[in-house]
Amino acid sequence: MTDVLMPALSPTMEEGTLAKWHVKKGDKVKSGDVIAEIETDKATMEVEAVDEGTVEEILVPEGTEEVKVNTPIARLSGEDGASASPPAAKAEAEPAPEAKAESPAPASRAEASGDPERKPPEADAKPKPEGEGTAPIAPVQALKDPDLPEGTKLVKMTVRDALRDAMAEEMRRDKDVFLMGEEVAQYQGAYKVSRELLQEFGDKRVVDTPITEYGFAGLGVGAAMAGLKPIVEFMTFNFAMQAIDHIINSAAKTLYMSGGQIKTSIVFRGPNGAAARVGAQHSQDYAGWYGHVPGLKVIAPYDAADAKGLLKAAIRDPNPVVFLENEMMYGLESDVPEGIDWVLPIGKAKVRREGTGVTLVAYSRMVGFCLQAAEKLAEEGIDAEVIDLRTIRPMDIGTVVESVKKTNRLVTVEEGWGPMGVGAEVAARVVELAFDYLDAPPARVHQEDVPLPYAANLEALSLPSVDKIVTAAKAVSYK
Amino acid sequence: MAREQTGAAGRRKANGADNHKPFRAGGDDPKDGGKAELLKHYRDMLLIRRFEERAGQLYGMGLIGGFCHLYIGQEAIAVGVQAAQKPGDQVITGYREHGHMLACGMDPKEVMAELTGRASGSSHGKGGSMHMFSTEANFYGGHGIVGAQVSLGTGLALANRYRDDKRVAFTYFGDGAANQGQVYESFNMAQLWDLPVVYIIENNQYAMGTSIDRSSSETHLYKRGASFRIPGEEVDGMDVLAVKAAAEKAAEHARSGKGPYILEMKTYRYRGHSMSDPAKYRTRDEVDEVRKTRDPIDHVEEMLEKKGWADEAMLKALDAEVKRIVADAAEFARTSPEPDPKELYTDVYTEVTA
Ligand SMILES: Cc1ncc(C[n+]2csc(CCOP(=O)(O)OP(=O)(O)O)c2C)c(N)n1
Ligand SMILES: [Mg+2]
Repeated sequence: MTDVLMPALSPTMEEGTLAKWHVKKGDKVKSGDVIAEIETDKATMEVEAVDEGTVEEILVPEGTEEVKVNTPIARLSGEDGASASPPAAKAEAEPAPEAKAESPAPASRAEASGDPERKPPEADAKPKPEGEGTAPIAPVQALKDPDLPEGTKLVKMTVRDALRDAMAEEMRRDKDVFLMGEEVAQYQGAYKVSRELLQEFGDKRVVDTPITEYGFAGLGVGAAMAGLKPIVEFMTFNFAMQAIDHIINSAAKTLYMSGGQIKTSIVFRGPNGAAARVGAQHSQDYAGWYGHVPGLKVIAPYDAADAKGLLKAAIRDPNPVVFLENEMMYGLESDVPEGIDWVLPIGKAKVRREGTGVTLVAYSRMVGFCLQAAEKLAEEGIDAEVIDLRTIRPMDIGTVVESVKKTNRLVTVEEGWGPMGVGAEVAARVVELAFDYLDAPPARVHQEDVPLPYAANLEALSLPSVDKIVTAAKAVSYK
Repeated sequence: MAREQTGAAGRRKANGADNHKPFRAGGDDPKDGGKAELLKHYRDMLLIRRFEERAGQLYGMGLIGGFCHLYIGQEAIAVGVQAAQKPGDQVITGYREHGHMLACGMDPKEVMAELTGRASGSSHGKGGSMHMFSTEANFYGGHGIVGAQVSLGTGLALANRYRDDKRVAFTYFGDGAANQGQVYESFNMAQLWDLPVVYIIENNQYAMGTSIDRSSSETHLYKRGASFRIPGEEVDGMDVLAVKAAAEKAAEHARSGKGPYILEMKTYRYRGHSMSDPAKYRTRDEVDEVRKTRDPIDHVEEMLEKKGWADEAMLKALDAEVKRIVADAAEFARTSPEPDPKELYTDVYTEVTA
């Protein structure tokens, strides 16, 4: 006698609706038979029997909602070890285990729905720090998020939909913009970011490619050389390593090598960083890798408004842009201005939380971690300022320096490895530009210096966490 | 027994313009093997199927994380090819590798415990579903990057040739992987240098949501070596004896110093690409049709019964044994401890010895 348990489609599913029973008491079932259908807000799936036996009893009737995962839903008699498995999902599920992601920290919500043009205090008035080692593409002081016209409505939107809308708006605006990548068209995107673009723009402008990253990235760069404006989606940036030669050797360097003749206006985009439990080959943060390369612009947004405004800017930019998204954040909601052409400046950081005690610098998903850490630090009397870099290259080091002049302490946070990383760069620049203002050596929080392990406990130990940020902030505050 | 390929899974043009015949065996062919052999194939395939069903269940319970790609439907390939291998031969494949590991003779407990990320797993919990290895079983992975294993497998063959040890590297990849550039770079070198590698293309008709005719200009993948002069053959990958016979012929070619060989196995995956794929790109009927008419396990079961080599009671007993093994593996994988936190920092580098 065995219980059939309520299955989960993903590790994050906690409950679902038992929509339908395909069997009744007394029915014989065998392996592979569909015995029930369950539903969540994202998917409907069929429950298959794993073994044979006779249905002894239906424990949860059809139509029951909020059935917790692992609750016994039926009892089988007969063979030992009989039970059911959840596969053969049929519906809107993600192909990847989309961990629901942490909900945005309260501070970020407030900030996002507030004034998007908020800028660091007096950033404009201060002179630009000396000693810029990289060629500035535009003077940072001149950059500023656009003012919102009176009465602009803000709508709650997921990062996923904000990215989609950015692409759709730019494709409507410019017929040279097109999207290509694996599963972007008929499947509607491996993570559903390109949902309905095929329907609106057709298969000439939304193109499913074979699994040939090196090849299609090269085709994209070639098409850009000929004047089109491709958006190349990588299913994840892990697979862009197959294509990194074209991103660097062909896209980033050709303008320079051709003495300014050949421009490549192209966006390489897709999820970056660690997802949940997908192991070493599928979990890397490439911000530092691409940030190293002159000729590339590199963007890694945090919330939906930035995702939209910066992707639109990236598509319009005449340079190759690497646009790093994060799978764990696609489902995160925040406010996005509606009804206006929302384009943000590339190369401008954003102060997400003001504070005077310590400067926390991060990008992408780690911004949320820093905002949560700031709340915890506040409880311990440390007033943290949180800076969202938004653009990795060109880096708005001026905003960081202004903050450090006020707080005298710096903690950098990134999901990638520490050595030669984004935090290393930020710390080096701050030491160059504001050495006399520092009251403690800068601290870096990053992934442990190992390939990301699969085991749940080791994975958690390896990645940055809110607690690790709190510990580092207290250390530089000598508390 | 010549079974016709049907439905979407059988887009082969039988005796088409290229006058090509798929390789198959069975029926009264002497290659049928004996009773013991057929029973072993049956049991090995059943073990993979039951193992994968259980893995799917553990995934549903949240005990397996990340991605999990099941091998259900394709069992005859790993089992048939394994039967053609000699001790010392190597195996390498992609992320859909649980079946190959079991076919290589690895302990189901170790494989299942890797899926749950436990210290007793084959990679001590550090690799997970997509990255599993066993030097003991000459199993070189378990690779998460589509196509990577093709160059690596060719490199294993390079080592075999270098040492002249008569080993063959069995290198598996999918119909989607067959489009990666490194596959062709490898083909060229393999033939140029007569490397002992057998390329096994598991053509299950889909790469995630993309059917082969939407991704490939030449959908007869056995022909993909033609411009490198590598012989290729199409095989009914749902027929374990056909698989075995074809693999024996290909291995003999490679082992004797003639270079690489390509086998295109026509097969089908019953489940979604991974556990979280709703598989809306194909119809339920398409899947059912294959399950009903081409199932590799049912096929052997019919043969066994027809020949009088097994009766219902015997098959039931076999099934019970397999189920017990799988249930034990699941229990082991569920209850084994997680790796020691100190393991986080081990295995990054090999210790340099003086
Ligand atoms: C280089 C690379 N690109 C994309 C992916 C994502 N991905 C994983 S499996 C897969 C489909 C592969 O299909 P196929 O080769 O037919 O093998 P099957 O899954 O059918 O066994 C894709 C696109 C990846 N892992 N690696
Ligand atoms: Mg395939």
